[in-house]
Amino acid sequence: MANDLVQPEKFFLNRFGMNESALERILGSALERKADYADLYFEHRSAEGLGLEESMVNHTSKSVSHGVGVRVCAEDRTGYAYSDEVTIDRMRMAAEAARAIADQRSGAIAPVAVGNRVARHELYELESTPLEIPLDERARLLHQIDEMARAADPRIRNVMASFAAERKIVMVVTSEGRIAADIQPLCRLNVSVIADDGKSRQVGSFGGGGRVEWKYFFENDRWKDYVRHAVHQAVINLDAVDAPAGEMVVVLGNGWPGILLHEAIGHGLEGDFNRKGVSAFSGRIGQRVASELCTVIDDGTIANRRGSLNVDDEGTPTSRTVLIENGVLRGYLQDRMNARLMKMAPTGNGRRESFAHAPMPRMTNTFMLAGESTPEDIIKSVKRGLYAVSFGGGQVDITNGKFVFSASEAYLIEDGRTTRPVKGATLIGNGPDVLTRVSMVGNDLALDSGVGTCGKDGQSVPVGVGLPTIRIDGITVGGTRA
Amino acid sequence: MTQVDRSLTEWALDETRRAGASGAEVLCVSAESLAAGVRLGEVEKLKSSRERRIGLRVFVGQSSATAATAEFDRDGLREFIAHTVTMARLAAADPAAGLPDPALHPKEFPDLELADVERGIVGADEALDLARRAERAALGADPRIRNSEGAEFDSGRYEIFFANSNGFAGGYAGTSFNLGVAPIAQDENGAMQQGFWHTASRHFRNLEDPEAVGATAAKRALRRLGARKIKTTRAPVVFDPDMAASLLRSVAGAASGPSLYKGASFLLNKLGERIAAPNVTIYDDGTLKGMLGSKPFDGDGLPTSRKALVKEGVLATYLLDTYSARKLKLASTGNAARGVGDAPTVSSTNLYLQPGSSTPEQIIRSVKRGLYVTELIGFGVNAVTGDYSRGAGGLWIEDGELAYPVQEITIAGNLREMFQAVEMIGDDLRWRAAVVAPTIKIAEMTIAGE
Repeated sequence: MANDLVQPEKFFLNRFGMNESALERILGSALERKADYADLYFEHRSAEGLGLEESMVNHTSKSVSHGVGVRVCAEDRTGYAYSDEVTIDRMRMAAEAARAIADQRSGAIAPVAVGNRVARHELYELESTPLEIPLDERARLLHQIDEMARAADPRIRNVMASFAAERKIVMVVTSEGRIAADIQPLCRLNVSVIADDGKSRQVGSFGGGGRVEWKYFFENDRWKDYVRHAVHQAVINLDAVDAPAGEMVVVLGNGWPGILLHEAIGHGLEGDFNRKGVSAFSGRIGQRVASELCTVIDDGTIANRRGSLNVDDEGTPTSRTVLIENGVLRGYLQDRMNARLMKMAPTGNGRRESFAHAPMPRMTNTFMLAGESTPEDIIKSVKRGLYAVSFGGGQVDITNGKFVFSASEAYLIEDGRTTRPVKGATLIGNGPDVLTRVSMVGNDLALDSGVGTCGKDGQSVPVGVGLPTIRIDGITVGGTRA
Repeated sequence: MTQVDRSLTEWALDETRRAGASGAEVLCVSAESLAAGVRLGEVEKLKSSRERRIGLRVFVGQSSATAATAEFDRDGLREFIAHTVTMARLAAADPAAGLPDPALHPKEFPDLELADVERGIVGADEALDLARRAERAALGADPRIRNSEGAEFDSGRYEIFFANSNGFAGGYAGTSFNLGVAPIAQDENGAMQQGFWHTASRHFRNLEDPEAVGATAAKRALRRLGARKIKTTRAPVVFDPDMAASLLRSVAGAASGPSLYKGASFLLNKLGERIAAPNVTIYDDGTLKGMLGSKPFDGDGLPTSRKALVKEGVLATYLLDTYSARKLKLASTGNAARGVGDAPTVSSTNLYLQPGSSTPEQIIRSVKRGLYVTELIGFGVNAVTGDYSRGAGGLWIEDGELAYPVQEITIAGNLREMFQAVEMIGDDLRWRAAVVAPTIKIAEMTIAGE
């Protein structure tokens, strides 16, 4: 890797002809109207994608973007302006636009001395990113996936596989003098198959990745697991029966079903919603919101995970935040502005999609700690219910707390045994209430395979989730069989 | 469009040829916008943006690559183009790949009034004032409106210039204006409900009054207070216009070329067959003047068109771009959509369900016991099977009257059966978005609750 990439801070300073005194002048200009705080966010992103369809790698794409965002905060007001031309002139114009948020009074220019370098984690110091692997080698893996999926079952009629990799180089410089920089690799391998038995047609999907090297996909033949999962899901659903409708016991499998925590709990604990008092969890710290079996964590410091970051997009090192401890609500997820306004400490959860967006509190990797039950005992304990092992997307209304997530692979539980596969059904529940119904927590905590993307206010960021197998004593299943 | 974009595009096409491409497309997009937000009457945010991107698709024979960059420096761009051509050489030769038949490109472009000639980007002071008026109307509507997630006014202007190596070149400019407000109502027990309403248009003068937007948002929040769960049942379901529009989007997705050639659609092999009740006619029309989904040419440089997607219940066409049309051995319908860095995909333009003759009140009155759906959440629509299961909220209908609000329930069915069971269609079609529908009634669905 070239030397300027090893030192991301130098990358920007060299590439765009900046120096610290120029940055200080721009921050000073941003603060000119009695603002409290200003920051500059530099980003350079390069990405490549390959796609296979009908046994051809016929989609190749590449994208390079760069830009700078200037943010000015005055109390609870935010001014933001960005430009994809990274020049001193453009940044000065952006600073002028962003500072319009502050009072018109001209105050003293706050002194800024850039130079307080933030100590960041080292969670993904890769020898090389997948972008440096020759394209034909990446394409070869997609062909292997295609062959394996088609050979796995004669009912597989079509295979779509894709590999996407990116590298973001970011630098944050603040009016408090902090400077933080990072290189953020990310990649994702996806497999999607269509099965058709002449009567019915079903899709199955699986994928994974993270801030990892290319060889990650070959450790223990990991890519083959992706193919097996996708094929299994499509084939099993060919025989799926209609899902039941109504409230029932639901067992969630480990790993990706942790999306429950993301929707039911995580969004409602984001600092911005709670500062404004618009979340169903507002003002509830210290109250019981879950059974005492439940401890829920958001942790941005797990090595190589999709949801992890060395520093967040405001230059704060990420951390491990306890959201719920033995059933009691403990903490919120904070960026700097909401932490300051709520007189709390920032938790390293200030994130943004790109330089074109102002940061806000977002999750990183959100999961529940393991309990003591075995997954077998949990299923055995259910007379009649649903066992859901894989999900598509979810959504929440943070104000009334109602959340949904949709199963893509689920089975009936009858007399303590999983029996027939059922068609995907949406589960709907109430965030502040659903975890009070958790009566068993498994000893099999797993994090998801690295596919999650969270959307909020038009911004998408990569996230992770995790869950041990859990039993929920009553949640509404939205099937068709009334 | 600017002369700069035209000359840059011509230069870039020449560069692709020099780098060894046998064909290419270049897309230049520049956009600027200003968003202004208030919350509880105070300024909360101002965001201004300006960006310019260039997108490429290059062909080497029938192998292709797409690329996008914000790099406009000619040396940097030359290197980027050369690398994109190298990528294309590595892609598989795809018999369906390639530029459209040059004879299909339009020679002239209709003026679709996509840009407001009277108003450009609305300045910060005026934008803040419009947002403040909408929020004030919502907060003042009722003492139970006690909080707000704020109100936002944004406006934007963009220019697109698109050209390919077969000689097609065209460009257009557009504007958009959007005002939304999200007040929060609270009942005596402290339970909160958000109401959201917004107005959007390409022309400033067509926006709803800020006061009307605020009043509607407040009404939507207030009518959710005290919402309860209901027992699991089967009953008629009435979709309000915005929720009915979401059903149209699902049908358009399943009728789009890429879903079909991948075999990932419940509408596969259904062309010419009855897929809906005879009262259902759905149009896709990219040629409507001033509408949000209109454009003079699509992402392949082909003219957009007006056609019935569903005609009296029969699936009349698919929605196709050049690539998916070749895959399916059909002709493009002018529905190619493309982002700057993406290969063309398919999207509807202005998609609407032809209105019927019943008023929404008549439709509600026709229901003895059933659900009036005003919110849907989640992603429980399976385009491959048509299976449908989504989180819902709304009002319960008793004896033809809206009786009380309901929440934490789901509605489920299958899109094939749901469209066959469309019993009544309202006369209340409003052009609020690119995909719109009037109120509709579906004879019966499963409603899951307690």
